[in-house]
Amino acid sequence: MIALEHIAIRSGAFVLSEVSFTVPGSVYGVLMGPTGCGKTTLIEIICGLRKPEAGRVLVNGRDVTHEPPGNRGVGYVPQDGAMFPTMTVRQQLGFALRIRRRPAEETASRVEELAAHLGVAHLLDRKPHGLSGGERQRVALGRALAARPAVLLLDEPLSALDENMRGDMRDLLKCVQREHGVSVLHVTHDRSEARQVADLLLTMSDGRVRQTDLDTLGAPCTCQH
Amino acid sequence: MTDQHRAGPNWPFWVVIAAVTAAYLGLLFGMLAATATYTSPHHLIRALGSREIQYATGLSLVSCTIAALLSLVVAVPVGYLMSRGRFPGKNTLDTLLDVPIVLPPMVIGLCLLIAFQTPLGRAIDRIVPFTYTVFGVLLAQFTVGAAFAVRQMRTTFDHLAARPEDVAMTLGCSRGRAVWLVTLPAAKRGMFSAASIAWARSLGEFGPILVFAGATRMKTEVLPTTVWLELSVGNLEAAIAVSLMMVALAVAVLLAMRAVGERP
Repeated sequence: MIALEHIAIRSGAFVLSEVSFTVPGSVYGVLMGPTGCGKTTLIEIICGLRKPEAGRVLVNGRDVTHEPPGNRGVGYVPQDGAMFPTMTVRQQLGFALRIRRRPAEETASRVEELAAHLGVAHLLDRKPHGLSGGERQRVALGRALAARPAVLLLDEPLSALDENMRGDMRDLLKCVQREHGVSVLHVTHDRSEARQVADLLLTMSDGRVRQTDLDTLGAPCTCQH
Repeated sequence: MTDQHRAGPNWPFWVVIAAVTAAYLGLLFGMLAATATYTSPHHLIRALGSREIQYATGLSLVSCTIAALLSLVVAVPVGYLMSRGRFPGKNTLDTLLDVPIVLPPMVIGLCLLIAFQTPLGRAIDRIVPFTYTVFGVLLAQFTVGAAFAVRQMRTTFDHLAARPEDVAMTLGCSRGRAVWLVTLPAAKRGMFSAASIAWARSLGEFGPILVFAGATRMKTEVLPTTVWLELSVGNLEAAIAVSLMMVALAVAVLLAMRAVGERP
């Protein structure tokens, strides 16, 4: 479960105030809004990369407002994947477990499992240089899931992909959310993308977030992955 | 009615650009070639065999290497702060960091000399003697070299995306560990360039060393000091020999920087 309560932040001329919403456990939430309205800022607040001026952030009911990013139990997939430039795909997928000093066998087996599930097993010894946009996003997703986070934060995960890859990745995201039972907050400005994946729709405008009826977007897709 | 305007040819533009480039290259290579052909290999070898020049060469190589490594130790955190930090007074600090680059070299030496005449400076000088010693040579080289290294590291961090570091923090790293594991390995080439620039600047350092560390033979004499000392006694062959050696070292550093910078 992800919950924001009365969040306020000001950055230059940019102001968000009284932002409150909840994405219940194991629900795929989509946050929609025009470019530049503050969606990424909210993701950064949930991650702990930005401090709000007021309000609370709860992950699975626990107040994490003052916790550092690594203690919040969130997986974060930024827009372009943000690969670690000098690490192989294997090292990226095992990063969170190495940081937690898990045994090497456990890390290796988790990496193999994620790589097989996300279709990147053939890329394990490659570095990010030369990976396609879709491959990068799959690796970024696996890297975020490795330590089994309670919630997954996806910041425009499909925006850098072409139309064919978008369909595959969209289905994969939906399946991953169901299989791992995580709460997802997926940020996008694309209505059709939101329609395909959302269980819960949140819309953002004028510095506020409102829950919106899913019917305004049409019927959701069926998972085919 | 159709537009009768016709764009002029492009070749005059390229001719002017090529002529300016050729004139500048002519000046550079002309002066180097004139220096290289002024004396004979026999004179060069004899000059380079002198004990004083060998001492100066050794001191230059060792002090430049230490100054470059110290510059890097300072440049990495300062460059990171200037690239990623957001704090009041950042522009002022940025200007201050460039002071050693724009100050006349002699003034840097004089400032160092005066700083070591203050009570704090004297106290430090009693523990580690800097004034007119080899440590003074090192400090003078470091003062200028570090400013260039900081600039290089700041540019390096500016060109590296901050997002991977953020992701590493969400995966369990503290900021320091994220920088150590993700950012610094990616900044390796920039660090090599920063150390190389600091090394090359230190090699050519003369004014601050002359004022702060002196020009005592077999003590605080580095290669630029040798050129000046040999010129002042009219020993042109020795001055040219040392100059050519410094040109060769500078070209070697330049080539190494290019090789590392262009590696995929």
